[in-house]
Amino acid sequence: MAKSQKPKAAEKPQTMAVKKGVKFQKKPPLKKQKKEVIVEEEPLENDDEVSDGGSDSDLESEEIDESDDGEEESNGFFSGDVSDDGEENDEDDEPLRDDFLEGSGDEADLLEEGSGDEEGSLDSDSDSDSDEDNLVKQSEKIDRKTKKDKKEAKLELLDNIKQNDDDFRLPTEEELEEEKSGPPDLTLLQSRIKDIVRVLSDFTNLRPKGASRKDCVEQLKADVRAYYGYNEFLIGALFELFPPVELMELIEAFEKQRPISIRTNTLKTRRRDLADVLLNRGVNLDPLSKWSKVGLVVYDSQVPIGATPEYLAGYYMLQGASSFLPVMALAPRENERIVDVAAAPGGKTTYVAALMKNTGLIYANEMKVPRLKSLTANLHRMGVTNTIVCNYDGRELPKVLGQNSVDRVLLDAPCSGTGVISKDESVKTTKSLDDIKKFAHLQKQLLLAAIDMVDAKSKTGGYIVYSTCSLMVAENEAVIDYALKKRDVKVVPCALDFGRNGLINFREHRFHGSLSNTKRFYPHVHNMDGFFVAKLKKMSNTMKQASEGDNEGVETVEQAEASSDDDDSDEDDTKKSKKEERLAKAKEIKRGKKESKSKSEKANVVDATEPKKKKKKRADWKKEIVQAREEKRIAMRAKSKQ
Amino acid sequence: MRPLDEKETTVVFEKIFKFVGNNLKNIVENPSNEGPESEPSRYCFRLQKNRVYYVSESLVKRATNISRKNLMSLGTCIGKYTHAGSFHLTIMSLNLLAANAKHKVWLKPTSEMSFLYGNHVLKGGLGRITDSIVPGDGVVVFSMSDVPLGFGIAAKSTQDCRKLDPNGIVVLHQGDIGEYLRDEDELF
Repeated sequence: MAKSQKPKAAEKPQTMAVKKGVKFQKKPPLKKQKKEVIVEEEPLENDDEVSDGGSDSDLESEEIDESDDGEEESNGFFSGDVSDDGEENDEDDEPLRDDFLEGSGDEADLLEEGSGDEEGSLDSDSDSDSDEDNLVKQSEKIDRKTKKDKKEAKLELLDNIKQNDDDFRLPTEEELEEEKSGPPDLTLLQSRIKDIVRVLSDFTNLRPKGASRKDCVEQLKADVRAYYGYNEFLIGALFELFPPVELMELIEAFEKQRPISIRTNTLKTRRRDLADVLLNRGVNLDPLSKWSKVGLVVYDSQVPIGATPEYLAGYYMLQGASSFLPVMALAPRENERIVDVAAAPGGKTTYVAALMKNTGLIYANEMKVPRLKSLTANLHRMGVTNTIVCNYDGRELPKVLGQNSVDRVLLDAPCSGTGVISKDESVKTTKSLDDIKKFAHLQKQLLLAAIDMVDAKSKTGGYIVYSTCSLMVAENEAVIDYALKKRDVKVVPCALDFGRNGLINFREHRFHGSLSNTKRFYPHVHNMDGFFVAKLKKMSNTMKQASEGDNEGVETVEQAEASSDDDDSDEDDTKKSKKEERLAKAKEIKRGKKESKSKSEKANVVDATEPKKKKKKRADWKKEIVQAREEKRIAMRAKSKQ
Repeated sequence: MRPLDEKETTVVFEKIFKFVGNNLKNIVENPSNEGPESEPSRYCFRLQKNRVYYVSESLVKRATNISRKNLMSLGTCIGKYTHAGSFHLTIMSLNLLAANAKHKVWLKPTSEMSFLYGNHVLKGGLGRITDSIVPGDGVVVFSMSDVPLGFGIAAKSTQDCRKLDPNGIVVLHQGDIGEYLRDEDELF
């Protein structure tokens, strides 16, 4: 029910709000125009007009209303649909054109009237033409009058504008209570969201009486949550990333589907040929963008695009535009050894294979068994022959494939999916701070494992590409920053000439400066899923801090110690940002709290220490074996070299 | 993962020979570009979990450090041993067969979809056919634009096809690329 109601409700408020917006945005300049022309001739008439709010007759107001309705969408605050622009522009022009026409008609009328009046005054003049003083006085009088009128008009205009703004105020607590009792009034919510966003965009001037910015933001958060169905955490996190106006664009973009894009399989065909064949099947498509030579975007299709004979024969892959990016950043070369750590369903892996022209070697790893089927099926369908598909936890890969053994690693890490809400609405409600922390922790482990696999001495490679479909800083920049501290790697530009640069400063975090080389992609800006891509170059095979590196080994085996490790990194951050004493003090207090917390946790865990010890023993034991194996391997290598 | 023993090799080769004839020599002797080495190596056949893979030797070497349990696939899977012990070519072998096919039929665009749903090839849907097909030969099925669609066993010789009525079966369906959608779960 709620869903079916939504579109209707979404239309209505827009009309209302847009009308306001139009009047507010567009009317004033028009009025001014008119006034400038008219005031000199017939000020009185003008007064009427201003107070009427720009409608001389019923007819005109009706017309304006209609045109307003017509451009509902186009003028909405949130409209961001580029493809429809052409049409909308036309509609956009209409009210203006109408107004111009009307306006000119008025002017003509007024001119006539004015000339009539002038005639009248001329008549009176002619009556008393002998008396020059009288004439001067009269002209002065008229001058004064016009001046006065002008002033009044201006004041009224200002009043009008002010009134338009002042009609927004935050709802009182009683009103909120009342709202809570009934079902949510979507019309009201939408218009209020729009109002608050407008207020926040120019807070110093438009500030509602007796409300702080925080109040406004809180109200906006509550309204957006109620209207779009996000949970509290996610809205809070998004608010930290974007200013309100941009945030609303983003959230609106999440409500729409991204265009369907496909990637030509260059192992089997060329883009031109594929486009011709599909056009003949009644698929309406275009090349994707200037940055991709293999992508096509599908507007509409008479046949299911995922079941054409060409699709089944592996001529193309259905793939979001965003998943081209990490592979382009990876830039694999022929005859290289490459690892795709989380490969299913194989979109990126097949792209890598196509770029390598089926030479070299790809280890396509996937941890989840059910997803292996789609991975292998896609690899075979696309005619990829240079892959070895294996089923490991990505964190174990360095032990299986050997450290420093491959040229490049593609790590499309498992993430919270906050960039692909338009694909999976459940993200809105299911993700919490804990989830993000869990993902971030896993991602750090995976990234370190990925770095360990890469051979810094590789002639052509030595690169790692890390990507997620999340917008959260904790899953993106923070993970890279962590890896920079733990391993001898540096962030290099990812050869993508668009997208926004990664964040260096985010709230209390201060990341390494080179993180501006990473790229972020947003649905509302680039019309693709929210995405993050970073490219790392491994500088040497030595680990930066041996002791911490050892810690890492334990960490992968034993999850329990991981949280403490995370705290370490947090503390590192705090150390960096200790610029003001006040801040530092506050943090010390926090840290104190943390310590007390951890103490209390320890107290709770006392009972559980016994099995933990056992676990540790086992971990040590495993470590020994791993070390022994490594040594053997090294010895074998030395032998083979000899 | 292990090489095929003699008996298995004969079975597999006989099956492939039906489709490619003397081109079998090419399949076995072609140089492979896969693998990180710059000089090409050879292809070989490997058995892993009831499935037969056609794979470059250099890939085989590098797959040895992956445990049997965790190795899911390598190179191209061309067929599998059924529970009863007979060998079936699977649709994944199509690329290999199509490149070396000896007997081919081409389908009219109207009957493409019917074949992709798993039906036999009827005389009415036949666009073109190579000469000298004998019943029992392996045939690779193409669309008129030379997209390989699947393979099957000839039911009639080329000669007999001429006088067949439109509803007569020409090729018995064995595998088609529609299986990627229909039975993705059973493929692996």
